[in-house]
Amino acid sequence: MRYSGCARRFVPNDDINTDYIISGRYKFKIDDINELAKHVMEDIDPGFASKVRNGDLIVAGRNFGCGSSREQAPRALKAAGVSVVLAKSFARIFYRSSFNIGLPLIECDTDSIRQNDQIVVDLDSGTFTNTTTGETMHINPLPRTMQILLEDGGLVPHLKKHGDFALK
Amino acid sequence: MGKTIAEKVLAAHSNSDCAAGEIVVASVDFCMAQDGTSTMMIRELENLGFEHPKTKRGMALVLDHNAPCPSVEVSRIHLRIRDFAGSRRIPLHETGQGVCHQVVPESGRVLPGDLVVGADSHTCTYGALNACSTGLGSADVAAAAYAGKLWFKVPETYSIRVSGSLSTRVSAKDLILRIIGQLTADGATYKSIEFSGDTTDSMEMDGRFTMANMAVEMGAKFCPFNCDEKTVSWLANRGFDSGTPVSSDMDAHYEKQFEIDASDVVPQVACPHSVDRVCDVSNLRGTKIQQAFLGTCTNGRLSDLEAAARLMNGRSVNRDVRLIVAPSSRTVLVEAMEKGVVTQLLKAGAIFVAPGCGPCVGTHAGIPSDGETVVSTANRNFKGRMGNNKDVGIYLASPETVAASAIAGEITDPREI
Repeated sequence: MRYSGCARRFVPNDDINTDYIISGRYKFKIDDINELAKHVMEDIDPGFASKVRNGDLIVAGRNFGCGSSREQAPRALKAAGVSVVLAKSFARIFYRSSFNIGLPLIECDTDSIRQNDQIVVDLDSGTFTNTTTGETMHINPLPRTMQILLEDGGLVPHLKKHGDFALK
Repeated sequence: MGKTIAEKVLAAHSNSDCAAGEIVVASVDFCMAQDGTSTMMIRELENLGFEHPKTKRGMALVLDHNAPCPSVEVSRIHLRIRDFAGSRRIPLHETGQGVCHQVVPESGRVLPGDLVVGADSHTCTYGALNACSTGLGSADVAAAAYAGKLWFKVPETYSIRVSGSLSTRVSAKDLILRIIGQLTADGATYKSIEFSGDTTDSMEMDGRFTMANMAVEMGAKFCPFNCDEKTVSWLANRGFDSGTPVSSDMDAHYEKQFEIDASDVVPQVACPHSVDRVCDVSNLRGTKIQQAFLGTCTNGRLSDLEAAARLMNGRSVNRDVRLIVAPSSRTVLVEAMEKGVVTQLLKAGAIFVAPGCGPCVGTHAGIPSDGETVVSTANRNFKGRMGNNKDVGIYLASPETVAASAIAGEITDPREI
């Protein structure tokens, strides 16, 4: 699987919680994910939803997706066009939920990536290329369980396909 | 090699001899979702052709985050949840029954040794009852309800040994804030936390619920306390048996071990906008507040309301402060009424809202205005958390500190009242 797009970074860099990804002001009353996507990242980057382009990558520091279990967070990012999130580390619930709904996450050193750099991620060859700076980096393969979930299109499609968990 | 509580519970639920790091498919005893996470779960369940939960003690849905309903949009979400619960005969905890993490334990569906999942990050609260219990997204909880089982990575465990007596007007909230300040917001990511030592052994159940509740604020997956006489009597007083208690082996492997001296813990406050920006209350002397909030799945229980009422003791809420109280359940509210606690708080000037999440998640019942400062017993102080991101600062503290601050009009050490 190959993803390419523009890097989107935020302040703060670390501990971007799911309230920041999609605020409770919206997520409790809007049930349509495409409507929610119009407010994604609003509390830390007003106007982000109108700037983000299909295929863009989110780039962050430590503990991305901490806080609330709201699955609207990865779903709204995906609906807004985000193709993949790169971070130094992810919070546990967000990590599972993202793969469950078909949004890939990659743990890697993100320090060298700047706002608006053009990035190509190739999960098959395990490489990351910053075409703006020319930097190429090795990325660790996804855990097998997450690869299977991603290939099947998420957790519910996986269960429908196999009739059970077939994650090994 | 001995085993931790997490290893034993996941082994018992997967008929395996699993150890930390392994992936298992384990049977799930109970699952739940709330009004902010149910509709996505319902869509997934309908997609799967779900009829009835296969989890051992079924599932429950709770209307708590946005209840009573504040808008037409939310009323439709609540209606959808009611219709689904009614058509599948799934227990629904209606508006006003309380916060999911109080009404679920009160319902007896979580017992010692259980494996539980919930579509709410604070599902780790049931660790107080010796359960391995964790928050997940809606798809994972749908899968657990549909299949009666789910995949888990067996977590490594941190041991936190706490010894010494907490000082007067210092409580479980101060202790857990102190620990989160030390470990940081991602310091226990993916880990199971086991507390031990005389401080938590002598702590009442309400305090253990407070501590387990906030384990997720340092990234933890489970926070199983030991099952002891306090656990058993808490369950027995509500008519429930004590399940299958699990304890760790003497030679269990802990990835890290921490020692905390409770006797030198002073009232702690988490400063905006992160739960791990913790300092002593004395560092914030003079910080004016406009709102104080007592409640939530962290600190809306009877002992929390009692602690606040004791501090009030004839004093009044400062005229520049709104003190909002949301009891964690109707049961708690009734007990607090019978004990005179509600009268004391009302006479002091408190505003009671319906049992439930209250203003914690910023959808209703106490949204602060631009530039205001709030001191709250909740578990999160993210920017915009209470519904307004325009220079609102949320400080997290104990019920004692919140009450003292409401009286003084500024963040105040409860030992000085």
